[in-house]
Amino acid sequence: MSQRPKTPVFLQKATYRQRRVRDAAKLVPVLGAVLLMMPLTWQDDAQDTTTNASALVYIFGVWIVLIGLTAVLSGLIRSSPEQVHKETSEE
Amino acid sequence: MSFNALIVIALGYVLLLFTIAFMAERRAARGHSNWLTSPWIYTLSLSIYCTGWTFYGAVGYAARSGLEFVTIYLGPTLVMVGWWWVLRRLVRIGRAQRITSIADMVSSRFGKSTPLGVIVTVISVIAAMPYIALQLQSVTLSFAVFAQTEGVGWEQNDFNFTAFWVAIGLAVFTVIFGTRNLDANERHHGVVIAIAVEAVVKLCALVAVGIFVVWGIAGGPSEMLTRIDQSDIVLWNQESGRWISLIFLSGAAFLCLPRMFQVLVIENADERHLHIASWAFPLYLFMMSLFVVPIAVIGLDLMPAGSNPDLFVLTVPLSEGRSGLAVLSFLGGFSSATSMVIVATIALATMVSNHMVVPFWLYLQGNQQAVISGDVRHVILLSRRLSVAGILLLGFVYYRVSGGGTALAAIGLISFTGSVQILPAMIGGIFWRGATGVGAAAGLITGLVIWVWTLFLPSFGVDAVISQTVMEQGPYGLSWLRPQALFGANGLDPLVHGIVWSMILNTAAFILFSLVTFPAPLERLQGAQFVNVFDHSSAAPAWTGAATGAEDLLIMSQRILGGAEAQAIFEAEALRQGKVGYLPDVTSDFIERLERDLAGSVGAATAHAMIGQLIGGSSVSVEDLIAVADEAAQILEYSNRLEAKSKEQERTARALRAANDKLTALSIQKDSFLSQISHELRTPMTSIRSFSDILRDGVTSDAEHEKYAGIIYDEAVRLTRLLDDLLDLSVLENGQVELRAQTGHLSDLLDRAVRAAGLHEGPLKIIRDRASEDVTLTTDIDRLGQVFINLIANAQKYCDAKAPHLMIKVSEDSTGYLIDFIDNGSGIAPDKQELIFEKFSRVADGSKAGGAGLGLAICREIMQRLGGEVLYLAQSRGAAFRVRLPQVKTTTALEKT
Repeated sequence: MSQRPKTPVFLQKATYRQRRVRDAAKLVPVLGAVLLMMPLTWQDDAQDTTTNASALVYIFGVWIVLIGLTAVLSGLIRSSPEQVHKETSEE
Repeated sequence: MSFNALIVIALGYVLLLFTIAFMAERRAARGHSNWLTSPWIYTLSLSIYCTGWTFYGAVGYAARSGLEFVTIYLGPTLVMVGWWWVLRRLVRIGRAQRITSIADMVSSRFGKSTPLGVIVTVISVIAAMPYIALQLQSVTLSFAVFAQTEGVGWEQNDFNFTAFWVAIGLAVFTVIFGTRNLDANERHHGVVIAIAVEAVVKLCALVAVGIFVVWGIAGGPSEMLTRIDQSDIVLWNQESGRWISLIFLSGAAFLCLPRMFQVLVIENADERHLHIASWAFPLYLFMMSLFVVPIAVIGLDLMPAGSNPDLFVLTVPLSEGRSGLAVLSFLGGFSSATSMVIVATIALATMVSNHMVVPFWLYLQGNQQAVISGDVRHVILLSRRLSVAGILLLGFVYYRVSGGGTALAAIGLISFTGSVQILPAMIGGIFWRGATGVGAAAGLITGLVIWVWTLFLPSFGVDAVISQTVMEQGPYGLSWLRPQALFGANGLDPLVHGIVWSMILNTAAFILFSLVTFPAPLERLQGAQFVNVFDHSSAAPAWTGAATGAEDLLIMSQRILGGAEAQAIFEAEALRQGKVGYLPDVTSDFIERLERDLAGSVGAATAHAMIGQLIGGSSVSVEDLIAVADEAAQILEYSNRLEAKSKEQERTARALRAANDKLTALSIQKDSFLSQISHELRTPMTSIRSFSDILRDGVTSDAEHEKYAGIIYDEAVRLTRLLDDLLDLSVLENGQVELRAQTGHLSDLLDRAVRAAGLHEGPLKIIRDRASEDVTLTTDIDRLGQVFINLIANAQKYCDAKAPHLMIKVSEDSTGYLIDFIDNGSGIAPDKQELIFEKFSRVADGSKAGGAGLGLAICREIMQRLGGEVLYLAQSRGAAFRVRLPQVKTTTALEKT
């Protein structure tokens, strides 16, 4: 009694690429969370390594990287799955 | 820069905002809303997240706790860059269900429940109070700064006076632009465009101050970094608990704050705007925070000790004599505070009117029939206006009570924690179909209680609401209920303590009660629609048996939407149904659409209740749901049956095809046999006839006479044997044969068979293993012997090897004895193997074979009679026959057959 899957198991190249872009977009916040937790591992006593400036630059650096990554991925994502289907069926 | 000039500038700025908002409304009313609904406007409208707290407070926060202030922006950044997870879903649901507020979202998800809407509204209003107070405080403080430069020190009364008039001004703006109309999808173009302008102003102001500080005072980025390094502020001194919880808190609050929900979900005109906003808004936050640390560092350096770091954004430019920059910065702070208050009050007023006032009013009205067109609309608009005023009043009261002394950031975080109590119910509701209304209510109430006890009440200050003794020893001496050390957890920062306990217990209550309760039908229906919002699943009809007239519905819609709008909807529907006139047929489809339209104005719960009143409460029932499910199951079952049937037919067809092939082959065999048998019969008959003719005519000599008679005799014997075989087979087939059980030795039997097969005529060599043949059998020995003879004779006849030999192997398995006859010839072609046991079948040319193709058929019949079988072993080399004999313990079985 298995229902037919709604979407095909194997996809055309464009659709496949689109799916992976979406996967990547989903992973960006995870990456961001990990990178932002990194400073917590910095040692308090090692004052010479953790200067004010380096902490500032690290945090804002991670931030701008996340923004850039999202900008690229959001640009690649097409708005709706219907559109993807349509495009692949037209090909 | 005189103080009065500042007042004039502020008023002029407000006037400008009024004008812009008014023009935007005009444009939208004329249908020119393309520009108003661009993704950039959407992104800028999100900036109400950056309130007066951000504008002023972030610098103070950085001066006090270093980099911790960025957590407030990192949380929303993570939510935005992860838009594909939650935001996209929220926006889609908000659009599909015509959600009007976060309370509506929760209420709608859990079966359009009014109580849930009330709970969420109450939480939101309480949580927003400190926040609105905060904005009033920041505006009044900034005014005070300018007053101070003129040498006027403000008294408490001046602060209150200013705060009061700011609140009034905000109320007027909000009432005018936020509650002017009752739009079917709750969008406020004027407000959105005004806050977009304010977003630009505050960003420019902060960046301008930042640039002035970095390049004007410090002398460039690298010098700035050196000064930051030398500063007294320890930027990175984070306690991991606070860092993580604050990022979580701000991310969650970004989704749950009513004003954020308003701009994120409800004012969203197009889902695609998220593509841009997903990175543009984090960029905005980035820009807003970039100069916070420099301003704080320079402020600490320049300003006299003890000055309020919350106001560095203003005081640093002023102290440097840059009054123009200070005014810009003032406008930025003013924009931040006002835009937040405006949107927050609109969102809260919508919630209060839709979820508290209107249901209560409808309840008071009862079922009275005398209704006036637009009366509900009137009530809603009035209640919204009053709510706006009421909420601002509450904020003002909080401002007065709290004294406006606490650091800005602390109040903001407490307010955040309150709003975040909605998170489990909302996220659970859109991802988990098992979430129930009871669970949501339990979670919300638990969270609210814990938040009020651990954070909200203590925020008024020691001894204000909760006495010092209770703080230290717990109420009634119950030490495990101490507000800042619940259940003995006294090692935590008070804020982290409040966040952790409220979220854990809230979520636990939500999940636990969801697991043990059973949702109402409408709840399950809504749950499915929310969770599967991307599947475009056709929903079960929420209304059945609509026993009402279109006129009644029209009257009701007019009460909510007003005459013209309601008639337009009905006319459009009539047109869609292809009817002439104004009144469409009342289909369940139409009722559902109408309910959604109404829900866009008054919220799902109220719209549902009003339509329910009219239709007689015949909303979806358990039976309907089951019927829908049954129907689907029946269709599925039917299609499964069809599939099974078609498979069966396929199987049958395959069997028939095989049978047909076999029959065709048999028919050909039979034809060839007939010609064969006639030939076989005719040959001896011809010789008998011709030789008997010679004998009749007189024989020349005795020798010849004897010879001819011998030939006639031989031919007659051959004929008889042929006929005997046929007879034998027919007897066997008809089951008329009598079997006589005898006991004999297999080895002897094989000896006899080899002899009887007449091996002396050919070169066939027999290979036997006498040890394995040492078996005593109880069966019809003669008949079995006949089978063996046949098989050996066949091998002799058909084995085409140069040095032919036949191997006879005897083995035993659980079913009986196996006697294999394997020769080294070329075997039988696979396509013929099917047929060799059939009567009249002949594999090789008739010329070579002596028999009539009956041997194997007879063998098979005999073995069946004996309870065994004979079969062809398909193997790589040579023809191989296997005789399987059952192990018969007694002879009775044989006698029966």
